[in-house]
Amino acid sequence: MVAPASTSTIDLVAKFPDSVTADTRPGYTGFIVNKAKLVEVATAIRDEFGYDLLTAVTGVDYLAENKMEVVYHAFKTTGGAGLTFKVQVERIDPIEVPSLIDIWPGVDFQEREAWDLYGIKFTGHPDLRRILMWEGFEGHPLRKDWKEPFFEEEAKPFKSRWPDGKHTFAENKNPFRDNLNFPANFDPEKYEVTGEEDLYLSLEKDSLKDVDGNMKTEHIVVNMGPHHPSTHGVLRVAVQLDGETIIGLKPVMGYLHRNHDKIGERNTYLQNIPYTDRLDYFNSMSNNFGYVTTVEKLMKIPVAERAEYIRVIMAELSRIQNHLIFIGMLMNDLGTMYTPSLYAFEERELVLDIFEAVSGARMMCNYFRFGGVVRDIPDFAMQKIKDLVFDRLPAKTDEMERFLNENEILVARLKGIHVLNAEDAIKYSVTGPVLRAAGVPYDLRRADPYSIYDRFDFDVAVRQNGDMMDNYLIRFDEIRQSLRILEQAIKQIPQGPINSQKAAYQVRVPAGEAYGRIESPKGELGFYVVSNGKPNPYRYHVRPASFVNLTAVESMCRGTKIADFVALLAMLDIVMGELDR
Amino acid sequence: MYGKGILKGLSVTWKRFWDTYTEDISWMLRGKKRYNTVEGVAHRSSKDTKGIFTVQYPEEQLIVPEEFRYVPFLVFDEGADGKKEVRCTSCGICAKVCPPQCIWIVRTNDPATGRPVPVPTDFFVDMDICMNCGFCAEYCPFDAIKMDHDINIASYQRNIYNLEKLMKPASYYAGIRPENYTREEEARKAKEAAKAAKAEAGAAAAA
Amino acid sequence: MENEKLSLPNYSIPEDIQNVVAVTTLDRLYNWGRRSSVWPLMFGLACCAIEMIAAQTARYDMARFGMEVMRPTPRQADMMLVSGTVTKKMLPSIIRLYNQMPEPKYVVAMGACASSGGPFKEGYNVVAGIDKFLPVDVYIPGCPPTPQALIAGLIKLQEKIDKQSIKHVTWYNKEKKDGNYVPMPILGPDLIDVRRNAEIRDVAAVKESA
Repeated sequence: MVAPASTSTIDLVAKFPDSVTADTRPGYTGFIVNKAKLVEVATAIRDEFGYDLLTAVTGVDYLAENKMEVVYHAFKTTGGAGLTFKVQVERIDPIEVPSLIDIWPGVDFQEREAWDLYGIKFTGHPDLRRILMWEGFEGHPLRKDWKEPFFEEEAKPFKSRWPDGKHTFAENKNPFRDNLNFPANFDPEKYEVTGEEDLYLSLEKDSLKDVDGNMKTEHIVVNMGPHHPSTHGVLRVAVQLDGETIIGLKPVMGYLHRNHDKIGERNTYLQNIPYTDRLDYFNSMSNNFGYVTTVEKLMKIPVAERAEYIRVIMAELSRIQNHLIFIGMLMNDLGTMYTPSLYAFEERELVLDIFEAVSGARMMCNYFRFGGVVRDIPDFAMQKIKDLVFDRLPAKTDEMERFLNENEILVARLKGIHVLNAEDAIKYSVTGPVLRAAGVPYDLRRADPYSIYDRFDFDVAVRQNGDMMDNYLIRFDEIRQSLRILEQAIKQIPQGPINSQKAAYQVRVPAGEAYGRIESPKGELGFYVVSNGKPNPYRYHVRPASFVNLTAVESMCRGTKIADFVALLAMLDIVMGELDR
Repeated sequence: MYGKGILKGLSVTWKRFWDTYTEDISWMLRGKKRYNTVEGVAHRSSKDTKGIFTVQYPEEQLIVPEEFRYVPFLVFDEGADGKKEVRCTSCGICAKVCPPQCIWIVRTNDPATGRPVPVPTDFFVDMDICMNCGFCAEYCPFDAIKMDHDINIASYQRNIYNLEKLMKPASYYAGIRPENYTREEEARKAKEAAKAAKAEAGAAAAA
Repeated sequence: MENEKLSLPNYSIPEDIQNVVAVTTLDRLYNWGRRSSVWPLMFGLACCAIEMIAAQTARYDMARFGMEVMRPTPRQADMMLVSGTVTKKMLPSIIRLYNQMPEPKYVVAMGACASSGGPFKEGYNVVAGIDKFLPVDVYIPGCPPTPQALIAGLIKLQEKIDKQSIKHVTWYNKEKKDGNYVPMPILGPDLIDVRRNAEIRDVAAVKESA
């Protein structure tokens, strides 16, 4: 188990006796910072205490206490436990909190998300628009007193399902006969569409001068997506172009916003596991891993020894197939229609066969449970894992490298393009392979080991240039390291039970909060769960790697060509299920 | 030399292309059928697969592992006179644990006493909401609801399955999940034997 | 499957000329051509899209059905595979794509989400089924349907095409030329389906302003 964050050793209260207090609510950790002093305290946290990476920002609505809270999780890129600090404001509109965008620019999208879903105004944020919903949407959906159109009850299980569960469609219960809710006396014919002037105006600011400092000439805005073959799903990017050179860019997302957080707060703890599968749908095993470790932290239960090994095996297999797909998709976007991705999918299918054998499903595995996993690996599946790890995958990785790495066209398209230096990467809270390719050896499996990663001998893959080529090559390095971990795990895996708990469809989770994070193939996947002792989480927040990594895209792209931008999107390895949730 | 890397890559593609035919020839020489046989499909899903990787659904089908899950169904035992005895006791655990809440159960009440009878009057699964997570099968204490292997259920209208459409015989279940079925049957027999022994002991003590 | 071949099944053609001679009807020729080249729109929404991609790759190889030509432009596509959760924010784009597709066009709702909203149905940004807006031809349950289940669903679509007759199809009917046009919904305080404006106004009027 991970050691609890030892935040109390940091003397924040002694430094700011007037504006910082320790959070003493039972089960809670960290500090509560006075709103007026937030920027000052945050600057000290970054500069004096060395917490240079602010990974998660989210709101919590304490309706009963009439308080709105903003929770920040800061970490050091040198590793170790994090620091949680919070700001509490009274729950009366307008709710205002100073923005930390000048200290950690990586909070950009997350603050916009908190504004969108909670209505917390971050003063000083230069572009505070809605991010997941559209401009003009009524209400802030994650507030506890906001009810969705198909609202049935506060928490599952719903009483209408049993014992008198006559099937009715949810539509029949809504006055609008659909998943709709309009304010009283709303007249659709008189409604004026607000349009997207704000979005285009936010681009305009960047474009008074072009890249060389001359006054602007004729510029055009191109909307890429949401239906575009290379945006990896339904992402839209408004790009402002001077010829073919990008001079401004804003990602527009929310086209796959499936209300993960809101549904998660209605679900019981167990019911959330299959929903996490659908976050980053390439890596359901990793998502399960992150969520389950977080809740286990709250429940303070041990994990069965054999299950720990099974978890690591599954997570690493998942990482390998993710990186293979990454390579295939990157090639697709560079125009290598389709051969590399077909080869990549071939290996992925073999990995998915294993997932199917152990969990029952290829993609949506739903395999982890609190305290362990669902079922043991069957013998034939274990044999398959050994075959792949010791035999096929190393050979096929080599083959893939032989196939692509020296290809002159590929090198020309990747080398020296879209360089992200280490300083910027940390500033924009970028995590995962993209950060490591920029030269920061920050891998949670080493920096803040969870599960049993501290028992394995492996190197943190790191490269120095931060360009696309390094980003591409680091995926091969990571596949090799994952194979190393897998070899050790397969050799060491002990016999024994696969769950430390009795199978139960409802779990007791004591009140408190927990932030759990794992190194998912895309970066840091964090879960922030607040429990109030009831069967369903009070607050359930996902900190997705893709979402935050996308923050850096704007500054990376300025001055580059639009054709390379397509490749950059592939390189960031975004997946919309996780990005929009 | 410019173009060397491209040629090197092409050699990989070329090798992959030839592999299909060399494999075909080697299977032929061994007198085995590579296509449309279970053996052939199994080999194409193994670590030794080379060349062609396609499994030509619907003529060939992938070998599904026992744990594979698609949509839920209800198991019934065939009674002596061919009566369908559904195992479900309408305890409602599946409806409670179902994450998207797509299971609807009407419990039977005895018209005379008004007390619940352990048989469902009706049972609905909205297949267009079901997320195939398998929780219902996992937490059912009576082995009454299980996950199906049949994937060919696409249709021209929406799918809400009622009790009639959900029911499948225990023999079908034994066919798709032999290991699970044997294990559960053994557990059930052991339980019944223990119960009988206890009853016998109780009767002996009373006598 | 008997419809795979161009020839009618009840005519016996000598084996040596089977490759060059076919006895068939106009309907059959028409449908055979269409069923064997259903080009999907290159259009993925969510998790199901990954299984759709997997179905295109080597192991499942939808090219065997003439469906490998994913067209990124709706103008060249015959089938819209709605592969994943349809959100309110995305819906206008989907409707626009559908309206831009030329007839004959088919819509396949792949997976639970596209069919009815699926596990995310209760979400505030989720459309409870694409069939509220588009005429769906085949529903494929599953979350996500495996590639084989997807292919099974597409075979169902081919069967549907086989049953159509050139005499009755709507797209040659001049009166029904715009029969499949769907008006664009508007993103207001919630998703406004412009076909239901009057109803929305009436319901909103009686709503308590609590």
